[in-house]
Amino acid sequence: MHVEMKGINKSFGTNQVLKDAAFNLKDGEIHALMGENGAGKSTLMKILTGVYTRDSGTVIVDGKEVTYHSPKEAEEAGIVFIYQELNVLFDLTVEENLFMGKEITNRFGVCDKKAMRAKAQEIMDRMGVHIPVDAVMSDLSVGQQQMVEICKALMVDAKVLIMDEPTAALTQSETEVLFEVINSLRKKGVSIVYVSHRMEEIFELCDRITILRDGTYIDTKYIKDITMDDVVKMMIGREIGERYPKRNNAIGGEVLRVEGLTHEKLFRDVSFNVRAGEVLGVSGLMGAGRTEIMHSIFGNLPLVKGKIFIEGKEVSIRNPRQAIEAGIGFITEDRKTEGLLLEKSIAENIELCNLGKVSTKGVLQAEKQASLVKRGIEEFRIRCFGPHHECDNLSGGNQQKVVLAKWIYTDPKILILDEPTRGVDIGAKKEIYSVINEMAAKGVAVIMVSSELPEVLGMSDRIMVVHEGHVTGIINGADADQEKIMTLATGGSL
Amino acid sequence: MKKENKSIGAFLSEYGVFIALLILVVIISSISPEFRQPGNFLNLLRQASFNGLIAFGMTCVILSGGIDLSVGSTFALSAIVCAEMIGHGVPVIVAVPVALLVGVALGLISGLLVTKGRLQPFIATLITMTAYRGLAMIITDGKPISRLAESSGDSVLFKAMGKGNFIFTFAPDFKIPIPIIILVVVFGIMYFMLKHTTFGRRLYATGSNAKCAALSGVNIDRVKMSVYAISGFLSAMAGLIMISRVDSAQPIMGSGYELDAIAAVALGGTSMNGGRGRIAGTIAGVLIIAVLNNGLNILGVTSYYQSVVKAVVILVAVLADRKR
Repeated sequence: MHVEMKGINKSFGTNQVLKDAAFNLKDGEIHALMGENGAGKSTLMKILTGVYTRDSGTVIVDGKEVTYHSPKEAEEAGIVFIYQELNVLFDLTVEENLFMGKEITNRFGVCDKKAMRAKAQEIMDRMGVHIPVDAVMSDLSVGQQQMVEICKALMVDAKVLIMDEPTAALTQSETEVLFEVINSLRKKGVSIVYVSHRMEEIFELCDRITILRDGTYIDTKYIKDITMDDVVKMMIGREIGERYPKRNNAIGGEVLRVEGLTHEKLFRDVSFNVRAGEVLGVSGLMGAGRTEIMHSIFGNLPLVKGKIFIEGKEVSIRNPRQAIEAGIGFITEDRKTEGLLLEKSIAENIELCNLGKVSTKGVLQAEKQASLVKRGIEEFRIRCFGPHHECDNLSGGNQQKVVLAKWIYTDPKILILDEPTRGVDIGAKKEIYSVINEMAAKGVAVIMVSSELPEVLGMSDRIMVVHEGHVTGIINGADADQEKIMTLATGGSL
Repeated sequence: MKKENKSIGAFLSEYGVFIALLILVVIISSISPEFRQPGNFLNLLRQASFNGLIAFGMTCVILSGGIDLSVGSTFALSAIVCAEMIGHGVPVIVAVPVALLVGVALGLISGLLVTKGRLQPFIATLITMTAYRGLAMIITDGKPISRLAESSGDSVLFKAMGKGNFIFTFAPDFKIPIPIIILVVVFGIMYFMLKHTTFGRRLYATGSNAKCAALSGVNIDRVKMSVYAISGFLSAMAGLIMISRVDSAQPIMGSGYELDAIAAVALGGTSMNGGRGRIAGTIAGVLIIAVLNNGLNILGVTSYYQSVVKAVVILVAVLADRKR
């Protein structure tokens, strides 16, 4: 299917999010759509699929000018959008999710369970994924849930498939499976729009790339003709320099040491340490137990056994409050459900961890509040209307900066960051890396859990790899490479 | 863009409920001369004080992400404990604080069921609501306890709570009923607590996103226990004012009060999901309900129709609130 979008304009209120945007998709190609958060990628795709109506411009599909009024109309025409935020019914089974709204019924109008199950299995097999079709969605990992979403899109005979950050929650092997599926779809003539921040994936997978900046069309190129640096330059309109800024601080004494941390099911005998001014990267596949280990150190997950030492002294941490008192800050994986009060203002979020600082005897002090929040917005360059801007309306990068500000002002000795740059654009990513470096320079012990190997390799002094709840190795950043980490992450040894 | 939308939308969401109240008062006043008497307004406010106190507690509970169905039963049980003590010759100066503490304890039980018992607030307080009502019946054997003022030895304190007036020395004709004074003072305390204390912040955070609040070091169980305790305390206070006013305590008193309180909170624009809302909205909601009750009575609308009119007003208010 050939899609051409020209001169697209779209405003929300007085805010013009698309200015003369354009996009051209050929038959059977994988086309990356890139741009910083807020560049208008999603809006453009939502206009194509009828979620939004355009203010002006034309959309031509297979030579005919069209306007879809709803995602359903677009779907009937063969254009399917897989959203980044999973759109699944968690209490229903895989098969029920796949057939939601398009159940196979017999002539009495009763669901034909057997037929549906067989068809579901067939699609799973075609995708090469092994998810039981009668499993309840909430029992599956996020990666598996995403696979089900993709299967659901394949059920309708899609000719154009739009994927928004499809690999954000997938493990390496799931990503490989997904890429195989995408490649085989291309061979069948399906066109794929691939929206992602992950440069490596785009260069591995895609044929062409279109770049948007501030709602404007910048350029479309063949991947083979350009480099990653070119893409970054086009995206942000200037040179960004090193992707991973260097750090030259000295590494001090041990700040955190854990010994034999063991959870009932999720991990066993985890021991490691972090020193002042050091960044410890934590790598591993999805579901390896990395996040859970961090939650247990923070007192949010009970341990069967294990000891935690901070600055040489054994501490007992049974809840997040005690962890904060002990000097730990924890930037969690999911900023929307765990990191932020989304419907609250920047001010209320930054103050939440620092209530003691902005109050006297339990009474809030307006001056202290204002100065703390002003400092946060300035130091972290949070782009907003002001301290009362609701976090819901901030871009992913700016939301993450609010979370960083909130934790860093607690003056932690140990800062744990779980997937700190997930869903964050390149400019904001670099700012986050700089914050991590500043913290290290101040002598904070930093633990960074990340699924992005280049990020782990670029940022860490040492890298700990976790496989199925065990630490399979801790290697020096200087000696590490992708292969070594993947070997350890899949249970091998060096 | 958001700024421009906000100016009108925000104004309506800030003051919509107050405008609605004003319109209602103007309409009923223009129809009924009886309604617009100053004496009637004082009477109306005094009637509103019961629901007002309960709705303040309810606001806290709902802001924290819960709900308290037990307020009507707590209202009755605390009042009956007080009445029983007075009946047995316990001095009022002792009986009143004890009854208030009983209210706190009853609230804490709901709180325990929610936090340690991990029950849904609706179920937990449905249980306590039923249990407390039953206890009130058991204690009194289902019969009212009357002539309380007499039993208390004509205690001034007891009579003052519900029937007393605050009189300015310079204007002896201008009397303000004590329940209204209590309502205003409690309003002031609640307003300060929600807006200017760290507890208020923790309360909003818990209701907005309990997971995030807990990970940010908020003791969400303590917050929840506190709001049910506050709700119990204020329900008990309303109960004591009521028995002072009517000079008797009945085990069935206050049934259905939870619904008026929830209606007032909803009218005031507080989100039933928690995390969003203000106490000023609640007082406006309480007054809307009181004006309707009082006004429709004066206009001679029968109680059957009154319920329907109330329902329509609540529906319109809540829909208007959603539109913004």
